[in-house]
Amino acid sequence: MSMRISEHPILEEKRGEEITFTFEGSELTGYEGETVAAALIANGIKVFRHSPKDNRPRGLFCAIGNCSSCLMNVNGKPNVRTCMTQLKQGMEVRRQKGKGKIIGGN
Amino acid sequence: MLTTEIAVIGGGPAGMNSSLAAAEQGAEVTLLDRNWELGGQLVKQTHKFFGSENQYAGERGIDIAKILAEKVQTNNRISVRNNSDVLGIYHDGVLTFKQGDKYKKLSSRQTIVATGAAEKFLPFINNDLPGVYGAGAVQTLMNQQGVLPGKRVLIIGGGNIGLIVAYQLLQAGVSVEAIIEALPQVGGYQVHKEKIERMGVPILTSHTIKKAYGEESVEGAIIGKINPSWEIIEGTERDLEVDVICLAVGLSPLVDLLYPLGVELTYVPNLGGFVPKRNEYLETTISGYFVAGDCSGVEEASSAMMEGKIAGLSAANGISYSKKFKEKVKESKEELKKLRAGEVAREVRAGLKEVSISK
Amino acid sequence: MNTEKINEKIENEVSKFLPSKNQRQEGSYAVCECHQEIPCNPCVTSCPTGAITQETINSTPDIDFDQCVGCRECVTACPGLACFVIDETYSETQALLHIPYEFLPLPEEGDIVQGLDRKGNEVTEVEVKRVDDRETLNGSNVVTLITPKEKVHQIRNIKLLGGKRG
Repeated sequence: MSMRISEHPILEEKRGEEITFTFEGSELTGYEGETVAAALIANGIKVFRHSPKDNRPRGLFCAIGNCSSCLMNVNGKPNVRTCMTQLKQGMEVRRQKGKGKIIGGN
Repeated sequence: MLTTEIAVIGGGPAGMNSSLAAAEQGAEVTLLDRNWELGGQLVKQTHKFFGSENQYAGERGIDIAKILAEKVQTNNRISVRNNSDVLGIYHDGVLTFKQGDKYKKLSSRQTIVATGAAEKFLPFINNDLPGVYGAGAVQTLMNQQGVLPGKRVLIIGGGNIGLIVAYQLLQAGVSVEAIIEALPQVGGYQVHKEKIERMGVPILTSHTIKKAYGEESVEGAIIGKINPSWEIIEGTERDLEVDVICLAVGLSPLVDLLYPLGVELTYVPNLGGFVPKRNEYLETTISGYFVAGDCSGVEEASSAMMEGKIAGLSAANGISYSKKFKEKVKESKEELKKLRAGEVAREVRAGLKEVSISK
Repeated sequence: MNTEKINEKIENEVSKFLPSKNQRQEGSYAVCECHQEIPCNPCVTSCPTGAITQETINSTPDIDFDQCVGCRECVTACPGLACFVIDETYSETQALLHIPYEFLPLPEEGDIVQGLDRKGNEVTEVEVKRVDDRETLNGSNVVTLITPKEKVHQIRNIKLLGGKRG
């Protein structure tokens, strides 16, 4: 079962252009304009990072930029809210280790 | 430093209506929103709204968002800044915001805060597993991004949001294993409840979740019936095979920006938590700062729209854009009062009694 | 409880929404199963004959069955999907039931589908007479079902049967 909705009783499923991005070095497909978080979930990826202290798996929670659960390293930049970041061609998305280094990245 | 006459923070129904009302009075408005599109939570609401024609009753939330956004975008007196997170507002009329990667400052004569509300969380074992999503997140994924959150969902919370999201999940082709509600009855509208009951979705009242389980993400949940002391009754535990646990347990007004400003806030459970005190024109205890929508108290989109109008008119009036002010604000206040007159708004009315300041 | 008793029970529960026995034999009529006071009025504003009224915006709707022509505007307008239109004069043994339906796949004319009651339980198989689809109705499709007369007050939803076409 694809995780993308193709037909909906109310909504028109309009998508931007199909693009590719990488997750942990592997190439995945997504669509221009969707959020990084949505693209990951559509590709079956739910674990976005592990918590700094107890290494617990974490993923999306609020999806609108309030909670900090979805933070990942995007194009070398840490602590990026993947639920608020729109996917672009060639984006490099990685799971962040711990709190992420602001200077110098991971 | 950028300048504007009226700064509106938040582009949902309250913020958009504030901007339109103020602009109609002749004021110049800057509307800031952290998303790439206007509409707030409306952009995810595929169901038809209640209320009256003035609140676009019968229109789907997504269409109301489009109607209001179009009005805002085409209004010459309103400049819209998307992707703009407001970081702080100060009582010299300055606010700072981050647009993309740049920090900017905006100075305004009046400020309207319409920042909405955020999902409450629920304590239970393994509540941090990927797959535990707020109801808004489930809506965002399904209705804004066209992505399924999972295949089998447990919804916690039988208020309007829980019931509506259940229906939307069914429309997206996802199975809703159950809705559990801790109280002995659901709090949402009967019609929302009946829409999903006739689809065969079990609604279990007096139930709670004991724990979620799963290796790296949600694989199941243990739920149970509770006694009046909220303890799980022995023998009632059930194991549900779900990959999404959707929390619809209430919203808290987003008042973070108001704390450092120093407006008086008060704790009102009926309105969702800490809310700003305000007068009948929605002005807070600091002159020139107004609030509208869910951040002033969690209610409905229809009330948010009317509050937005009142705040917009009042802010404009405060800087002498006062054409027919008394008449227009009276009309909006009466409409809002009518909407809040029913039995279902009883708790809101009680809550509102605790937040007024008379100036 | 035998079928007759079940139906009597149901009729008693919904009777407050139904017209008089005489009016029911005159033709189509709407039922608005809206029994909670919420601020809402699209049924009132959509009714072309003025048959549906309400005291205040929070009141439940009142239907003047002499004015109601069973046009189904309220079926598509109601945000709560609580309005249905019934025609008990369709035939000796059958009635027509018009329900709002917002799911995919949409059934097609002639399909046999399962009729479900208000709790989602199976009642009986029914035939789809007509489907008015969303292109003109803003997603609020109306599906017309031919039901056994004695089940028309019970059925409020349908479940498609895999692959069966009439």
